[in-house]
Amino acid sequence: MDNLPSALAIGLGALGPGIAIGLIGKAALDATGRNPEASGKIQTAMILGLAFAEAVAIYALVIALLLKFV
Amino acid sequence: MAELHIAIKPETLFHIGGLPISNTLFTSFVITAVLLVFLAAAGSTLKKTDRPTGIQNFLEMVVESLVAFIESIAGKTARAVTFTPLIAGFFVFVLLNNWADLLPGFDTIRYTGEPGVKLVQVPNIPGISKVFAETTTEEVIETVQQDNAPVSATVEEEHAPEEQNRGVAIFRGANTDINMTLALALISVIATQYFGLRFQKAGYLKKYFDFSGPIQFFVGLLEILSEISKILSYAFRLFGNIFAGQVLLAVMGFLIPVLLPSPFYGLEIFVGFIQALVFSMLSLVYFNMAAESHHG
Repeated sequence: MDNLPSALAIGLGALGPGIAIGLIGKAALDATGRNPEASGKIQTAMILGLAFAEAVAIYALVIALLLKFV
Repeated sequence: MAELHIAIKPETLFHIGGLPISNTLFTSFVITAVLLVFLAAAGSTLKKTDRPTGIQNFLEMVVESLVAFIESIAGKTARAVTFTPLIAGFFVFVLLNNWADLLPGFDTIRYTGEPGVKLVQVPNIPGISKVFAETTTEEVIETVQQDNAPVSATVEEEHAPEEQNRGVAIFRGANTDINMTLALALISVIATQYFGLRFQKAGYLKKYFDFSGPIQFFVGLLEILSEISKILSYAFRLFGNIFAGQVLLAVMGFLIPVLLPSPFYGLEIFVGFIQALVFSMLSLVYFNMAAESHHG
């Protein structure tokens, strides 16, 4: 029970980004399937989008770490 | 019983004048010095040729890919030439600091104020160590000199909350320090404003102070707020990724020492590269947006 706040922080905080990353991957795959020639550009945009979505999960992780260790 | 300690705040190594130098700052100094020496040495051997070899070949490859990357977003304009030094600097600095953090010796070589340098058996992470409370399994290396502090200083040691003096890590990854990432974020956002003013002159301020109507005025204020949120997002994205990666390596190393962290080192190499790329790409996109004239 002591660790509940940090567990909740990261657990709930990773829900949104998890779904977002899945959607980004799906969009990238759809686009590549339609137009395989553009796969380089699509891949670049996908990596960029993934980094932003992941950043939100990282914010939640930082809060969880702060709660646990500080 | 072994414990796991994680310190978010960087520890002070020594003072120059009145300024405390933390181990992350010291690490970034060392990496910058190494980079400058390498580039100076390589630069002195450049030959003008159509078929470069060796180091010149490698450096030309790096420069060409950076320039291609910048031009792919900013176009082949004079703006792109102006942006290139800062963006390339961000990329190389962040990338080298992220990757150097994975080298052995980072956060394992500690200084406790006792003679010699103490090599502690710890996982390779910032501020994290396995503390063996009853028996000391640390080996004191008498012959290792600490000759990497070029300025005379008083060495401060951080005493851990428990009895054992774990000492201060000499090297700690620079981007695991929120101060460093905040500094980089401030540089990026202030440079955005500078480029906006330089390329659009005073018209750039119309983005923030738009008096053509109440809604536009409010939107202008929101733009100011969004610049501040950009600072925070740059800082926390980089800090969170690198610091959390190090915590992950610590915890994995704590559970099963050599085997379990191995795949995560691969992940960390990838994440380090991606974070450098995202930081510089995002800076470039904002510089470009600030320099172009806005059409609403």
